[in-house]
This record gives sequence, C-alpha cells and structure tokens, in this order.
Amino acid sequence: MTDPSAAAAGTATRDVESYVVAPEHLEDVKPGRPRGLWSDAWRDLRRRPLFIVAGAVIVLLVVIAVFPGLFTNADPNLTDLARSRKPPSSGAWFGYDLQGRDVYARVIYGTRWSLLVGIGSAVFTVLIGSVLGILAGFAGGWVDGLLSRVGEVFFGLPFVLGAIVILTIFRNAGVNGALPIVGVVVVSLAVLSWPVAMRIMRSAAISAKQQDYVKAARALGARPARIVFRHLLPNCLAPVLVYATIALGAFIGAEATLSFLGIGLRDPAVSWGVMISDSRNFIRVAPHMLLFPAGFLTVTVLAFVMLGDAVREALDPKLR
Amino acid sequence: MGRYVLRRLLQLVPVFVGTTFLIYVLVWAIPGNPFAGMCGERPCPDSFITMMTDKYNLDDNVFVQYFKYMGNLASGDFGETFSGLDVGELISLRYPVSVRLALVAVAIEAVIGLVAGIVSGLRGRGFLDSLVLVSTLFLIAIPTFVTGFVLQILLGFQWEIMTPTVSSEANWSELIIPGFVLGSLSMAYVSRLTRTSIAENKRSDYIRTALAKGQPHHRIVWVHLLRNSLIPVLTFLGTDIGSLMGGAVVTEGIFGINGIGRLVYDGILSKEGVVVTGVVVLLVIVFLVVNLIIDLLYAVLDPRIRYD
Amino acid sequence: MTDMTTEPGLLPDPPLLEVDNLFVEFRTGDGVARVLNGVSYSVDAGETLAVLGESGSGKSVTALAIMGILDVPPAVVTGGEIRFRGENLLAVSEQRRTEVRAQGVAMIFQDALSALNPVFTVGFQIEEQLRVRLGMTRREARVRAVELLDVVRIPHASRRVRQYPHEFSGGMRQRAMIAMSLALDPEVLIADEPTTALDVTVQAQIMDLLAEIQTERRMGLVLITHDLGVVAEVADRIAVMYAGRIVEHADAVSLYRMPGHPYTAALMDSLPRLDRKGGELNTIKGLPPSLLNIPPGCPFHPRCLMAQDLCRTDVPTGHRLGLGRTSACHFAEELVRSV
Repeated sequence: MTDPSAAAAGTATRDVESYVVAPEHLEDVKPGRPRGLWSDAWRDLRRRPLFIVAGAVIVLLVVIAVFPGLFTNADPNLTDLARSRKPPSSGAWFGYDLQGRDVYARVIYGTRWSLLVGIGSAVFTVLIGSVLGILAGFAGGWVDGLLSRVGEVFFGLPFVLGAIVILTIFRNAGVNGALPIVGVVVVSLAVLSWPVAMRIMRSAAISAKQQDYVKAARALGARPARIVFRHLLPNCLAPVLVYATIALGAFIGAEATLSFLGIGLRDPAVSWGVMISDSRNFIRVAPHMLLFPAGFLTVTVLAFVMLGDAVREALDPKLR
Repeated sequence: MGRYVLRRLLQLVPVFVGTTFLIYVLVWAIPGNPFAGMCGERPCPDSFITMMTDKYNLDDNVFVQYFKYMGNLASGDFGETFSGLDVGELISLRYPVSVRLALVAVAIEAVIGLVAGIVSGLRGRGFLDSLVLVSTLFLIAIPTFVTGFVLQILLGFQWEIMTPTVSSEANWSELIIPGFVLGSLSMAYVSRLTRTSIAENKRSDYIRTALAKGQPHHRIVWVHLLRNSLIPVLTFLGTDIGSLMGGAVVTEGIFGINGIGRLVYDGILSKEGVVVTGVVVLLVIVFLVVNLIIDLLYAVLDPRIRYD
Repeated sequence: MTDMTTEPGLLPDPPLLEVDNLFVEFRTGDGVARVLNGVSYSVDAGETLAVLGESGSGKSVTALAIMGILDVPPAVVTGGEIRFRGENLLAVSEQRRTEVRAQGVAMIFQDALSALNPVFTVGFQIEEQLRVRLGMTRREARVRAVELLDVVRIPHASRRVRQYPHEFSGGMRQRAMIAMSLALDPEVLIADEPTTALDVTVQAQIMDLLAEIQTERRMGLVLITHDLGVVAEVADRIAVMYAGRIVEHADAVSLYRMPGHPYTAALMDSLPRLDRKGGELNTIKGLPPSLLNIPPGCPFHPRCLMAQDLCRTDVPTGHRLGLGRTSACHFAEELVRSV
C-alpha cells in the first residue's frame, strides 16, 4: 500500500474543517450546544408565522383576562333597560344586551371565565390522563387492563349527555359563586375527557418502553421511578402537549356549547357561551348580541387550534 | 379472528355494565328529591310518593335497583315516564330520526372531506391546499351551535332557501343542512386526515416501486395510493357514525328535530330518570357495537392487522 | 469528465445501457446541491457492473435518473445523456420513458418490506404489470406470476402468490421483489443495495440467485452497493463513486489487486482482515462533503492522505491506467506503481 507522506498529511488536514461538513452540520450551531427535540422544536416554532400570530393572540387574551379594567371602563353588570338591545355605537362598540348591559364590557370580562374553564379543563384532563396513561403503559399487565377498561367506561358516555347529567346534579346541589361554578364545569369536562389523554399517553409510553434506551436503562439497574421520569416522560410529552393545546381550544368551545344549553356557566361567572345563550331568542333583531361574543369565541378557539397545529409540526421528527 | 371477536365481546361486558351503572347512579342515586316539581307548587301527596317509590324500586339499594332495571331492559321493558308514556315507544319514534340525521351528516362529511383532502393531498403546497387548511381550521374552531345559528339565519330566514326548522317527519332532504352543521367539525377532521395521509403515503417506498414498475400515473394514485391512505380515514368515519348516533342535542335543538338528543335533554331537565337511563343504555350499546365493527373493518382493510 | 468506460474500437456496438456525463442538481431551500457531476458508466448484456460508494455519493440517484423516477422538482437533470440501446431516454416522450421502465430497464430496491405495497398480495403486485402492460387476463397473469415465483425459488409458489408481503421472511420478500422485476423480461436490472437489509447467509443466496438469473437471461446487472465483500464475488466491472463523480472504473480483479485511486485504496484498507489482528481498524478521517458546498479541485482532497497543492485547485479528469481502466486522481499512476 502507498505510504502517506507526512507533509501532504499536514497540508491536507488544515483544510478539512472548512469542507468536511455533511449537510446536517451546515446550520449555525455553536460547538457544544446540545440539540434535542425540544430546543429544535422551539427554534422551529419561533420562525413560524402561525405560531407567532396564535401566540400573540393568546397573550393578548390572557392580558384581557387578568386585567379587564385596562380595556374597558364600563361596568359589565350595570343594567339599564332603556338601552335594551341597542346596536353598536361609538359609546358602546358592541352595543347593549337585553338588559341594557354593555356587550363589549361583558365580552371583555367574560374572557377570564372562558379562559379559566379552558385552561383548567385542559390541565386536569392532561394530569389525570397522563398519570393513568403512563401507569397503564409502563406497568402493563392487569394494571393496564383495569385502567383501560375504566377509561372505556368513561369514554363510552356520550359527551354532551354525560356533561348535562353531571352538571345538572351539581346545579341541583346548589353550587353558587363564580369560582365554584367554574370548578364544576372544569370537573365535568375533565371527567369526560381524560380517557383520550390517557390513551395518547399510554400508547406513547408503550412504544417508548420498547425502545432500546429504556432497555438499556433497565439493564443498568435503574429503578422504575427513574425510568419513568427520566426516560419515558420527556419522550411521551410531545403528543400529549399537542393534544392539550388543541383540547384547550375545544374545551372553551365545549363550555360555550354547555352554556348555550343552559347548564354551563351562569351568573356571576359570565362567559361568552352564556352571552351567546342569552342572545338566542333575539338573533334576528339584535344580531350584535350573538356576533361579538361568538366572534371572540371563534378567534380564541382558532388561536389555540393554530397553536396546537404549529406545535405538532414543530415536534414531528418526521418533518425535519 | 373468531377468538378475537369473542374476547372483545367479553371485554365489552364489564365496560357496558360500568357505563350503564355509572349513568344509573348519576341519575337515580344522587341525593335529592326525584319527584321535586312533579306535582306543581305543592309537595306531592304521600300516596303518590309511595306508589312511585314502589314502581321504580327506589326503596331497594342502588345495586338491586340497577339489576332490576337492567333486567327489565333486557326483556324489552323500558318502563314508563312519570306521566305514563311508554319509554320504549318514545324511543322507537325518535331514534330513527337521529339515525337519519347521523347518516346524512356522515355522508356529507365523507364526500366533502374526502374530496378536499384528496385534492389538497395530491396537489401539495399551493393555493388550494392553503384554502383547505384555513377553512378546516375555521370549521374546527367555530362551535357547532354558532354554525347552526348562522346557517339557520342565513338560509332559513334571510335567503329563505330552507325552512328554518325541520318538520316532524324529518325526511332526508330536510336533514341536509342540519346534517351539514352536525358534521362540520368532523368534515374538517376528515379532510385534514385524508390530506396528511395522502401527503405522507405519496413519498413512500412502495409508490416509488410502483413508478419503477412503469405503472400508469392514474393507477398509482387511484389504486396504490388511495387504498393505503384511506384506511385511517375510513376508520375515523366509522367511529364518527357511532358518536353521531349518540345524539346531537345541539343540532336537534336549533333545528327543532325530534330526535333522541332532544328527548334525553328534556328528560334530564324534567328529571325523567327512566327516559335518560333508557336512552343512554341504548346509545352505549350502539357505540360499543359500532366500535367493535370498526376494529374488525380495520383488520379487513389492512392485512397487516390480523387478530387472533 | 471524459468518457471513462470504453476504449475506442474495442466494442463495436453501443452498450445496452449507457450513462454519459450525467449532471443532476437538487434545488433545495438551502441552496443547490450538485448531486451528480459528470457520471458516466455503462453495462452490457450479460455483464455485471457494481457501483460502489458511501451514502450520499450519488449511486442511487443515478439509478433513479436512469429509471426516470427522480423527484422532479426538486431534482433537475442539467446535463448529459442516458442511452438505452442507443436511444437517449432524456430526450424522449414521457410515454416512451414509461414504456422502457420495467420492460427495458427494471429496478429493485433495498428494503423489500417497505418497497412492496402492504395492502396487496404479492401475486397482485406481480400480476398488475402483466395485466396492465401486457394485456394478459387474470388467469394468464396468475399462472405467469406463479412461474416467476418458481424462478426465484420461492417454495409453494401457488400458495405464496396469495399472501401479503409481511407474511414473507426478509429473504423471500427480496426474492419476490426480484420476481416482480422480471415480469416484463427486462434487459437490464438495477439492484439498489438488494442485500444490505439481509443477514449474511441470505445475502449469499440472493446474490447467487441474481447471478443465475442474469446468466440465463443474458441480462445486464447494475449492482449498487457499499459492501466491498459482496462486490468481489459478483462484479465484472466496478465503478467507484464519490461526491457525485466516478473516481475509479476498472474490472474487479484489477481493482482489488491494485486500487488506482486513494479513495478506493482507503476503502480497501478499512476492511477488517483476518490476517491483521489487534490494533484499531483503519478509517477514512472526516466526512463526505456537503453537496451544497463541494470543495474546489478534487472532491476527495480534504480527506486524502496523498493530497498535494494541485489537488486543491484542479479537478482531476479520468486518467487512463490501462485497458478499460480509469481513475480520477492526479497521481493515479504513482499510486498504482507503488503497490
């Protein structure tokens, strides 16, 4: 074989760095910065217009929810029957409702309750579903069988009907006050939706469990708890996160539907759904009573669904 | 395959029992006066209460109640409403309407969703693709009742293309708009699912092989691509039928359709426990059976799935 | 790059399949990747050409270009010709191109499990070619499909023909794919890493099968691989590819005995050998260049242990090293002489 000449080796290697880059190393990566799924996803998200727009809308909504006073001076509960059903004007951008209350102010103040329901339901659903899902997926065997059957029991309840039944019970039990009412709705939604979150988490846990890195951890003697938290959880989070974001939007919509049916939120926790429900009989004569809360509702749900879409695309390794 | 079906059926039983028991408890066993408001402003006379308690087994503990009730159901006796109407008859009158509505909804969502999904999936990025993505996004975001209202106002009142409410016979043509409303959310899912499935499968190895075999382009799309891409879509449509037949309370309410959803809704509000439990039991059975059928269908469609 | 394959006057007829100075680019969001930079090789009836190279060298892209199934866009053929029986496939209609596919030049792929359609039976996938392109009836096609499965030595062919790809073992699936490719009696078969996904004993069987079929039918065989061991047994001629170029082209014996290009030499050197125990395995330092940014001069020079200043500036063209043998290295003669 040929003998490499030392001098040639010297001059050749000096240029290696500038050219010996495979395509995947072309990006501007500082040496030593670890590139994981999450940091990659975040960098991807930052550049997507869908994410930026949705994120901005959501941030705005949160601000409105926390500081409604910044956006309106009017009192949302001040009634004045003389102004009943008046259409939008310069004084009241969204007009007045049946009892003469400022629709714009009510929409602004209602943001808080709608968002609370959405966030609360999403958090609870994901919590319950994830815990049970990881448990079922990781433990397998009869634990899995039992939990899956329980999940199916709840899954089999028709959503709207189940919600109506549960909420009617609470209502008859005399739950009053804004936060308790919100709490009741949150509980109902979570109780009916957790099986979906559990299923997602469970299948993610099952496929993660079969990965070699888990087997390696086991072979190294890692205890189950460590395996679950350190190895399984981070890798199962992605699909659940996507679900949670989209579900948030869906829950806000569900609350509106339940309020429309008369069993969701009610005074003093006035949400957009309640406002839409109130406007039901006056749609033809006073459409502004429906349109503005419906508009806010649509934009909010849209923002969360868009966010969920963007997150899903960012986290999907197949699209890299 | 037969063993799988048997196993699934056996698994269904505890789930069925669990769900129906849960509902039974929620409706009947929660503390509170079940007869409140039934006798008008005044409290009900004792004799009435005794008779009702006896009739509905309210003295027994909840498990016995449940078993007696399920026993009756098994023999076809759905019981009577508090005012003496036969629940079984009520259901048989209203359920077909809901089924028709569900079928119309699924048909509409399948046709529009598949067409939109196939076209945008095949074309790839472009105007049509963005159009489909944006419109489905809106359909997902707008709650059903808003869509229902808007269409009712526009088509029923403003432009007067349709009657705002559906007649009591509820024939097929009247159910088209309500069906569209009911299926609008699923339509969005169907088109997105189809689009994604086609876009993914388009780039798969077996499509490359079919190309290398010199197969004509239309055959590659309509035989090879579609046959694979539609599997998840068809299973979704199947489960959707199951859930839509579970009653469309909102849609039925807006369009005045005398379906099962309205029946249950009214039953809950007027505390007609028998109606509620009777209908929910029926719906749960339908849901579970449809799901089982869909799982079997999945095995037929995808030969890689073989249960044994 | 000049023609590296034939000595003038030696082969009076044009080769069965000939790639002539092919240039292909991929237009991506990150820039233009120059995937093929003047690739030329040919194969004749009854001859086996092995195309050797790492991932990214362009060996599969060349095959896809020959078949006409490159993803266009983003791929663009920017120069050269592909001639089958003297006809330039890049200049004919799409209809003619489709005709040639599978009937003139057929291709089999690496992973038979993903390359076969999972929802159709193996029989269906073979028969559809016979029905659609040859107009056979279902019955005729079924008979022929069973015959083809017999040719590739799949036992119980008449039963197997009704089974799905996932019901076959890896080796049998590959055989089934070979049977499928033979359905229209092609004159050239391109096999893209046909044995890479299989274990060694099955590899040998498949290679034997291919050799047998080739001899029987006097087919040209283009074997694309990165496995030097497989090539040694089967190939008549070998073309070594790097960064979208053919860097060496020789008959198998000469190549193994006396590599004429530093890259080939380094590849040979990196093979584990029974008579050299202990110590580390030799590797080629560095990575293949990004095709978006190919270095000037010889594309291999950053990793070449023999690189000189000339290599950094001048692109080496084919140096003739003897009969039917070329190497794209400025110092090819020195390399060969020093062995």
